[in-house]
Amino acid sequence: MAKPSLTQLHCHAEHSTEVPIALPGVLHIALAGQPNVGKSTVFNMLTGLNQHVGNWPGKTIEQKVGTARLGDVEMVLIDLPGTYSLTANSPEERIARDYIIRERPDAIIVLVNAAALEHNLYLVAELLQLPVPIVLGLNMLDVAQQNGVQVEPHVLEAALGIPVIPLVATRNQGVRELLEAARHVAEHPQAFHPNRPRVREPHAGVLAQVRHLIADYVPAPYPQDWVALKLLEGDSEITALMRQQMPPEVWNEVEALLHAHEDAFLDIVGGRYEWIERMVRAAVVRPSRGPITLTDRLDRIATHPLWGLILLSGIFGLTFWFTYMLAIPVQHWLDVRIVEPLANGIRTSLAAAPSWLTGLLADGVIGGVGTVLTFLPILVIFFAALSLLEDVGYLARAAYVMDRFMHLMGLHGKSFLPLFLGFGCNVPAVMGTRVIEDRRTRLMTIVLTPLVPCTARLAVIAFLAPAFFGRNATLATWGLVTINLAVLALLGILTHHLIFKGEHPAFIMELPLYHVPNWRTIGISVWHKTRAFVRKAGTIILLFSVVIWALSILPSGDLERSFLARLGQLLAPIGSWMGWTDWRLMAALLSSFAAKENTIATLGILYTGGGENVDLAQRVATALSPAAALAFLAVEMLFIPCIATTAIIRQETGTWRWSVLSIALLFVVSFGVGILIYQGALLLGLGV
Amino acid sequence: MQPTTPTTTPIVDLASLPAGARGIVHALQGGHHFVARLATLGLTIGATITVLQNYGHGPLMVLVRGTRVALGRNEARRILISPAR
Repeated sequence: MAKPSLTQLHCHAEHSTEVPIALPGVLHIALAGQPNVGKSTVFNMLTGLNQHVGNWPGKTIEQKVGTARLGDVEMVLIDLPGTYSLTANSPEERIARDYIIRERPDAIIVLVNAAALEHNLYLVAELLQLPVPIVLGLNMLDVAQQNGVQVEPHVLEAALGIPVIPLVATRNQGVRELLEAARHVAEHPQAFHPNRPRVREPHAGVLAQVRHLIADYVPAPYPQDWVALKLLEGDSEITALMRQQMPPEVWNEVEALLHAHEDAFLDIVGGRYEWIERMVRAAVVRPSRGPITLTDRLDRIATHPLWGLILLSGIFGLTFWFTYMLAIPVQHWLDVRIVEPLANGIRTSLAAAPSWLTGLLADGVIGGVGTVLTFLPILVIFFAALSLLEDVGYLARAAYVMDRFMHLMGLHGKSFLPLFLGFGCNVPAVMGTRVIEDRRTRLMTIVLTPLVPCTARLAVIAFLAPAFFGRNATLATWGLVTINLAVLALLGILTHHLIFKGEHPAFIMELPLYHVPNWRTIGISVWHKTRAFVRKAGTIILLFSVVIWALSILPSGDLERSFLARLGQLLAPIGSWMGWTDWRLMAALLSSFAAKENTIATLGILYTGGGENVDLAQRVATALSPAAALAFLAVEMLFIPCIATTAIIRQETGTWRWSVLSIALLFVVSFGVGILIYQGALLLGLGV
Repeated sequence: MQPTTPTTTPIVDLASLPAGARGIVHALQGGHHFVARLATLGLTIGATITVLQNYGHGPLMVLVRGTRVALGRNEARRILISPAR
């Protein structure tokens, strides 16, 4: 422990007159840390399963809150987003610093990875400039040791002047000590005297001048020293805040001063790293010539331009193999054993009820529940595979290997992964875009995701292509997948050059050391993600299913005269440009909005009256020329995202705008490509 | 391995350094946002940097302040390096 001193803490006290009055016996502790320090594992360790996952108010960024007890004290732990620093450059960083400044937790636990200490202390340097006491959790000492790095916690503690608690998260060591240290600093904030980084001359003088000028205008609860520092750093948010708070004549003076010292930012950052070097000098022993570590050896393959690609295809191949081996049978089992009996049970038990009611429940509601339920096996496996690959440190390598290809579309390596996931299902793909920190790149990736053909669409193709193209079915299927990817690449390149004028997002990413995965962390992460999907997207899917069901049954009770059929008839002229002889194909296509595989069911009802499905594909085939059939399959592959994807886009972007844009874009693109294929074939006199 | 000597190539951009080369960050060419992102990953003026991987195309991998960092080639071109002392 740091030696408590009895002198008063007064460096940040000027504007913190109103310290929030906490409930007796309840302490609010924030958990901060850079990415790749094992923060979720430690959070799970500290709180067990006493945690609640929601979103930060008004944001789509996950917020985890948990509780822990220490004797008679209850501790509420707030997991701040993993951030490298506390600038205003990303929503996560803004959330973290706004929380600390506005909510004033009683203490902050900062987690650092012992193997990347110099790096991780940068966040500590920033946090020490805020008026909240800090405890340092020194995690991953075992990983550091494997890499030849020795860290002395006591020496580090003496240098920093804050409690440093060694942790071995994988063995649950140090948890109690960490909570006790946090409680101690929270209850004795006046005794907290850390060694804070200082701004060097000549900028120390400038900082004092800025502080003097803004003294009367800093709004509560912002600490004045911190605001002055952030102004000198050129922080956009704080600059805007102070410009608004101050009379123009005084602000102009501040601005002139800041303008004359634009280089201050580099100096401040440099000063922080100098401080870090001083802090770790005695505490860390790093071999001058590093040993060839596990990470070095694995990276020779994993990040090699050729071997890395081969490894990547192998890993993803394995993921899909697992999905097919495990998820598809479970999905089938759920469908046959749960969804169908449930629907039948409702039909028999409500035999006396009006037919619209049994239809609503059995087809609308249970249909929706079935969609959600049958999504789960695929999602669980994808989430598990993804969490595992992320936890061992591989995901960053996959992004690294793919970066060169993604650059053509104005995206970078991190966009590859979500897009690839889309082959399984577009829903986890959209959720997977969370790894992209830059919002523009993330939105662009989300909009492109529905162009990746998912398993449901491939199933429709697998059902129809043999009847349409006979021996050439496989060739046609590959052709259709290629069309989708070509359209994806083309749209990506077009937006990159036309809308974003060829500006590249910067690809700067930490490559964490490989380490043994923590199964508990993976399990909890899968559980939270799956639950979030069921709760949020599930509700929307259910609602839409009922609406689609109603459209297919209203007003007269049968599909052939329903609103869906009328919509099909309304759009039939578009179909005629693709050689579709009647409206039924259009109606089947529209029904794929509920779920892609619905196309088959709708074709079944419209072409065979819901009877035998055996020769369904043949019957449809006879009604179409090969060119029209190809156009139909191409449109099916490119058509608007399904309800689940639409819902998840809404959830992930926080607005309906991107869902609507995605639907509109793919509506135009899919029919455009279909018409192009058919008219092209007509022109060449092929397959007509 | 020390592929360059201080007298022949005083300042080069990071993208042109081969794997195994070491140097000191001399200047960062870019706006505030770019420099800030590099800074939070330890890439500041004066930091010692070791190139771990550079195939002449695609991204690079460097070691800075004990951490491996991936950089796009465009980003690496904007980081100027002076020879390690």
